[in-house]
Amino acid sequence: MAYTPQLKELMKKVEETRASRVGVDYPRMSPEERREVLQNFHPDYIEDGFREIKVGVDKGIRMTNEMADVFESYSRLRDMEIDFKAEPDYDVDVLIIGGGGAGASAALKAHEAGANVLLTTKLRFGDANTMMAQGGIQAADKENDTPAIHYLDVVGGGRLENIPELARALVMDAPLVIRWLEELGTMFDKNEKGTMITSHGGGTSRKRMHAARDYTGAEIMRTLRDEVYNKGINVIEFSPAVEILLDQQGRAGGTVLYNLETEQYLIARSKTVIIATGGSGRLHYRGFPTSNHYGATADGLIIGYRAGAKTIYTDSIQYHPTGGAFPPQLLGLLVTEKTRGLGAQPLNINGEQFVYHLETRDVESSAIIRECEERGLGVPLPTGITAVWLDSPLIELIHGEGTIERQLPAMLRQFKRFDVDIRKEPMLIYPTLHYQNGGLLIDDQARTSVENLYVAGEAAGGIHGTNRLMGNSLLDILVFGRRAGMGAAAKSKEISTPEGLNLDHVASYHRELEEADAAGERVGPILLPHYTHR
Amino acid sequence: MSESVRDTIKMVDIYIMGKRYTVPETLTIMDAMEYAGYQLKRGCGCRAGFCGACATVYRMAGDYELKVGLACQTKVEEGMYLAQIPFFPARKATYELEEIRPSVAHFTQLYPEVFRCLGCNSCTKVCPQDIEVMQYIAYLQRGDFARAADISFDCLMCGLCVSRCPVNIVHYNAALAARRLYSRYIAKPDAFLAERAKAIEAGELDAEIGELVKGDKEKLQELYNNREIEK
Repeated sequence: MAYTPQLKELMKKVEETRASRVGVDYPRMSPEERREVLQNFHPDYIEDGFREIKVGVDKGIRMTNEMADVFESYSRLRDMEIDFKAEPDYDVDVLIIGGGGAGASAALKAHEAGANVLLTTKLRFGDANTMMAQGGIQAADKENDTPAIHYLDVVGGGRLENIPELARALVMDAPLVIRWLEELGTMFDKNEKGTMITSHGGGTSRKRMHAARDYTGAEIMRTLRDEVYNKGINVIEFSPAVEILLDQQGRAGGTVLYNLETEQYLIARSKTVIIATGGSGRLHYRGFPTSNHYGATADGLIIGYRAGAKTIYTDSIQYHPTGGAFPPQLLGLLVTEKTRGLGAQPLNINGEQFVYHLETRDVESSAIIRECEERGLGVPLPTGITAVWLDSPLIELIHGEGTIERQLPAMLRQFKRFDVDIRKEPMLIYPTLHYQNGGLLIDDQARTSVENLYVAGEAAGGIHGTNRLMGNSLLDILVFGRRAGMGAAAKSKEISTPEGLNLDHVASYHRELEEADAAGERVGPILLPHYTHR
Repeated sequence: MSESVRDTIKMVDIYIMGKRYTVPETLTIMDAMEYAGYQLKRGCGCRAGFCGACATVYRMAGDYELKVGLACQTKVEEGMYLAQIPFFPARKATYELEEIRPSVAHFTQLYPEVFRCLGCNSCTKVCPQDIEVMQYIAYLQRGDFARAADISFDCLMCGLCVSRCPVNIVHYNAALAARRLYSRYIAKPDAFLAERAKAIEAGELDAEIGELVKGDKEKLQELYNNREIEK
């Protein structure tokens, strides 16, 4: 659906002001202004969207209602007899749940360390938010930059709520991760001397965003997946884990897998377990559309939590400032931050800029919500919602013709499919549900509070405080994926095969749910979102 | 979708694996399948045109031509007959990247079928990303890994090219191997990156960050607010 005549009329305002905006920087907000816009407009501050959960190791912790619904749910195995005396269907050293970037890097590192590895995943291997990350990956590998400078950006952007040791691991491993990817043949944007071409992202103080055009995550994912297959690592698709098994001492010792297609349950015994199941955007917090993968339904969070793993920042959600708003087929789709990195400015109905284009994501999103909701200066869309312009044609005015085709081929193609040429017409955007800042609590070796249970990737929390910067998620999945893989492999060499596997923790979780009358008829993890008959 | 919306949006008839459903014309094929009642397992991934899970073949009523598209990136149309390709049993050559080089000799070992291309161009015609697929196969035959890597880059590995190839070339896996070979051996390594990684491994940068990790929040906030920002 191309822009309607009404929208084309409104677009003229953007065209009128365009020339006057080139090379003019809108002022950044002061710390006080940032705090104010967050408190008044960021969805994390809207109290009725949250509740305290009534069960589990973190009973009383605050989380979004939709996440609480998943946490306060019965196991899928509630009325099922499982024969733990039979030989397990799989028996390995390291079991990895999740086939995104964190799972793949954990698999490679654990295999390299000599462990017998099994990777299971709910959909296809590579079906993950990793595949959709467009803009880039951060690492301090330039002469004017250091991991310490990167660290300051991470914790400043994270509202100083990051766990220091996790942020330290993130930035110190970053150049090692980039070198690893380079050696694996990842096709980064480079100049002819081999130097990585890097740019800014929201909240960065140095140009340290490495990219592979605007398919950065896809390029990393397909490279890692190819390597996992090259190494002959066992991968099982369409088989999510629906519960963690504990041994007699309460240590993780395997999982129950569910074959989505045959609907059979299978037992996998393993000396160590790594949860790498990703995020939860498909829970659609507060009714927001999401940029997330179809499978992002918080599966790992709930099964880890039932097994006793502690959580952190479960009430902190990232809304990406630039989600697609029109044409309607693109609702919620991520418009990469690289678009703003290249100079595109957010504009209101009058074609005026109202916020600096590279504030951190939380601040930028809140400013867009304020412009539409409080000031009434959003662009009304025929679909009934309001949005703001993102002036993509400005990019070619700044960097020259052909820049969009070269640097943003995915964006150009996606809008073109629905008859919008972003080289000539500005985009219409509104914040979209993008990232779960919190998750299961880990230490800097990716260990949880449950022995032999590790977490890596978006399912882990604490690394980014309560706001993540662009390019630090692709980084974190690899940093902690690698650390989890190495740690779990080393641990599995020290311990013997787990004995007395059981689901007693699930039974006691059920008792708590019943006592608190907390779950209704809910069953979790939900595994697939319900979009039928909308 | 409520009844009132049904009244205002134009509906179209589509045929999912031959069965007729009436759906709003604004929907993508994927949304339309869900609207019709399917809970998708296969044939659905990122829903944003990046993962290649939802390759779909369709034909318009009254027409003979088979068309293709990604279900999440293609709008439904009146009289569309469609089916998804949930999986394609394509071969992937396994290799040790450190033991091969970007040469025709090595590539022939991995993907010999690349050299049997008939030049029919079916692969290019079917690509939902508009990639010049047959052209990169030609580059691979000549050992031009740089060009093959460049023009194949936007590939989503959806498998439609493979489904149409009369000589069973697995284009997307061949292209992936080519990109990895190019990036490993033809593109130069970043010199400073290697230096920085070594310095980190040697612990040379521990002291600087150690100060910050220990720093109290007030001090960090002040440093953050006053940090120098590269232009």
